Amino acid sequence: MITVNPFVDNVLQIAPAYIQGFLILMVIFTVGGVILDMMHKKNVKFFFNNAKKAKLSATKSVSTGEKAAIIVKTLAHDVATSAEFCGVTRRITHLLGMYGTILFWVSSAVMIFSASSTSTIYPMLWHIGAIMTCVGGYWFWFIQRVDVRAEGNNWSRIVFADLFVLSLVTTSTFGLLWSYFQSANSNGLATLFFIMFVISNVALFGGVYWSKFAHMFYKPGAAIQKHLAEADGSRDDLPEPADLPKQFGLGIKRSEPQNY
Amino acid sequence: MSTFVYMTRCDGCGHCVDICPSDIMHIDKLIRRAVNIEPNFCWECYSCVKACPQNAIDVRGYADFAPMGHKVRVLREEEKGVISWKIKFRNGHMKSFVSPITTKPWGKYIPKLAEKDVPNKDAHDNNRLYGEPTYLKTGKVPVSDTGVPLMAKIGKLKQGVYY
Repeated sequence: MITVNPFVDNVLQIAPAYIQGFLILMVIFTVGGVILDMMHKKNVKFFFNNAKKAKLSATKSVSTGEKAAIIVKTLAHDVATSAEFCGVTRRITHLLGMYGTILFWVSSAVMIFSASSTSTIYPMLWHIGAIMTCVGGYWFWFIQRVDVRAEGNNWSRIVFADLFVLSLVTTSTFGLLWSYFQSANSNGLATLFFIMFVISNVALFGGVYWSKFAHMFYKPGAAIQKHLAEADGSRDDLPEPADLPKQFGLGIKRSEPQNY
Repeated sequence: MSTFVYMTRCDGCGHCVDICPSDIMHIDKLIRRAVNIEPNFCWECYSCVKACPQNAIDVRGYADFAPMGHKVRVLREEEKGVISWKIKFRNGHMKSFVSPITTKPWGKYIPKLAEKDVPNKDAHDNNRLYGEPTYLKTGKVPVSDTGVPLMAKIGKLKQGVYY
């Protein structure tokens, strides 16, 4: 199952052109949703206003080369390793979800647009990505979610904030189940899970405007702006670090939050 | 006149939720970031501002603390044992302060109250708090006939926080 491209000879015998059209439609949904989200939340306006304010309170100028180095460093550290998360387990779940989703989407696109390819690499990456997303997503869903861990709600209680994570994990889950039952020649269940997979994709990409999908675009922007502000001395108006020796060492590192 | 959160900086870690004495810092139901749910109940204790590891919380302070349009930003450095403050006035003028969190190694000299004897009835009914003479060192301070500490006779107090 893991080395088979599930989009080829799929259970409903849908022609590759239709699947390609569906993928393009999902991309249009994503781009449209993100643009509407930017217009509604005014994220980009906020970033530009913030950059203007930072420029006014900058104490030194940062060259283009330095800026490029900061951006590369931020992408390599803050973004690629989800460095902003304080909790170790929360960071692991985010990394699993992030890399799993990237693998899943990239390999989906490759498999859909090169259906004639016999390479087993992309089907394997597709399945591994889906499994990683499921592990990270369900770990977050059942244990780490603030509604469950801190507020004591049942894991089955669904609120609007769950639209993104839930559609993400259901897409991967139904994708895996569809692939499994298709390989096992169980056509009834394969058809059911294929339809669920399509519906989950529509919810995930069609719900961009209402979910936190767009965070994957503006969060890296915020991290870059934070580090540029540190470099030009504006520091978001934060005080400079005190010119004092480390008296007490790392042993007094603040305690981890108990609830989140 | 209360705390507010920069959504782009907040990662929803919950330090502010844990520490808020008014229990008004919550995690937003939609975007899972911190939010002050009841701004008019915020007494600007700055607990969440200092606790935030992302420096994502800011305060619109009262006009008697600093003129309107100002900004107060805080940086907490536990390993140095200090908290730095920067007040930026609306005309661009800035004031910076550094104050100690503690002057003793972290975690030491904390009274182990659980190991102490249970207060007797006299101590229980007394106006003084349990352990007050010992921990505030008021036992060493000369007091007037009415029990008020005579501060003039204490001499120079040491700086910092003592347990």
